[in-house]
Amino acid sequence: MRRIGITLLGLAIGAATLLAIGAGAAAQGTAPTDDEVNAIAKQLYCPVCENLPLDVCPTQACAQWRETIRLKLSEGWSEQQIKDYFVEQYGARVLATPPAEGLNWLVYVLPPVAFLIGAYVVFRALRTWRRAAAGASVAPDATVASDDPYVRQLEDELRRRG
Amino acid sequence: MSARSSAPPASSGTKRPWGAILVWVAVLGLLAVLGIGLVRAQQGPVGVGSKPQPFTLRTFDGAEYDTGEMVGQVVVINFWASWCTPCEQEAAELEQAHQRFKDQGVVFLGVNYVDTETEAKAYLAEFGITYPNGPDLGTRISQAFRIRGVPETYILGRDGRLAHVMIGPYASLDDIVQAIEAVQAQ
Repeated sequence: MRRIGITLLGLAIGAATLLAIGAGAAAQGTAPTDDEVNAIAKQLYCPVCENLPLDVCPTQACAQWRETIRLKLSEGWSEQQIKDYFVEQYGARVLATPPAEGLNWLVYVLPPVAFLIGAYVVFRALRTWRRAAAGASVAPDATVASDDPYVRQLEDELRRRG
Repeated sequence: MSARSSAPPASSGTKRPWGAILVWVAVLGLLAVLGIGLVRAQQGPVGVGSKPQPFTLRTFDGAEYDTGEMVGQVVVINFWASWCTPCEQEAAELEQAHQRFKDQGVVFLGVNYVDTETEAKAYLAEFGITYPNGPDLGTRISQAFRIRGVPETYILGRDGRLAHVMIGPYASLDDIVQAIEAVQAQ
């Protein structure tokens, strides 16, 4: 009984050791993939070539920045930490979506405001057209009072036939 | 046309079109913002005779250099990057000029523009550059000088005013020497 206990204890310690070694190797050995690097790179823009995301930028500078992202990822940095690092180094203009501060607010405020104004203009126009159409449908009644004898004759004829 | 449709409503004569006014104000405001941005974008580099805002350069070694405290000296500010091939044409010559003028009250500062530190340090080692060099954090210095690219070199006179601008690389050591001597003579 005692021998079985010692054997089980030995097996448990061995398994735990193997698991620990495996986990350590996995943590150190997995280099960030290109997809992981590009997932962050596409949220950043090349500070040199205008309007070109970092993941597709072909210049040497962008290649260096992608390697920086890879290095930071391998060191365990989070996506936000890497983006903050790039902003500190190269300014907020490297961000694909500018931070909501200062004049940048216009980027976030203007589109919905323009949409609301547009919707209001369309609403007003539709209402005006509907009123105009309603007005047009009652227009014949309004012309009954006309002094034009031809119109009066025509309306009398229509009334007789109707 | 009926009499009913041509007659204006009694109340519309005094009603102000606030909606239209608001839209026009918004459109004009947006155009003003775009205009200011366009004017700023079209401005060239700071011109000779102007007085650039002083800045502090924190070097790769951690030392700090404040151009505001360098009045009375000639300051050569060179913007460069390790990925910039034309920068390599003048790198060794700038170091030679630094060695030549360092005891004559001429300060050289290298501002590393949108670069990675590892490559920047490798570049400095490759060309044996010893004068102070540091990153342009947040591109604040390059924005103050409104640079268009690298390399660009700005020389401040003893009064702190911009005395010489070089867009692109110097062709030779003589060109750098002549530029500095001309500023010294002012």
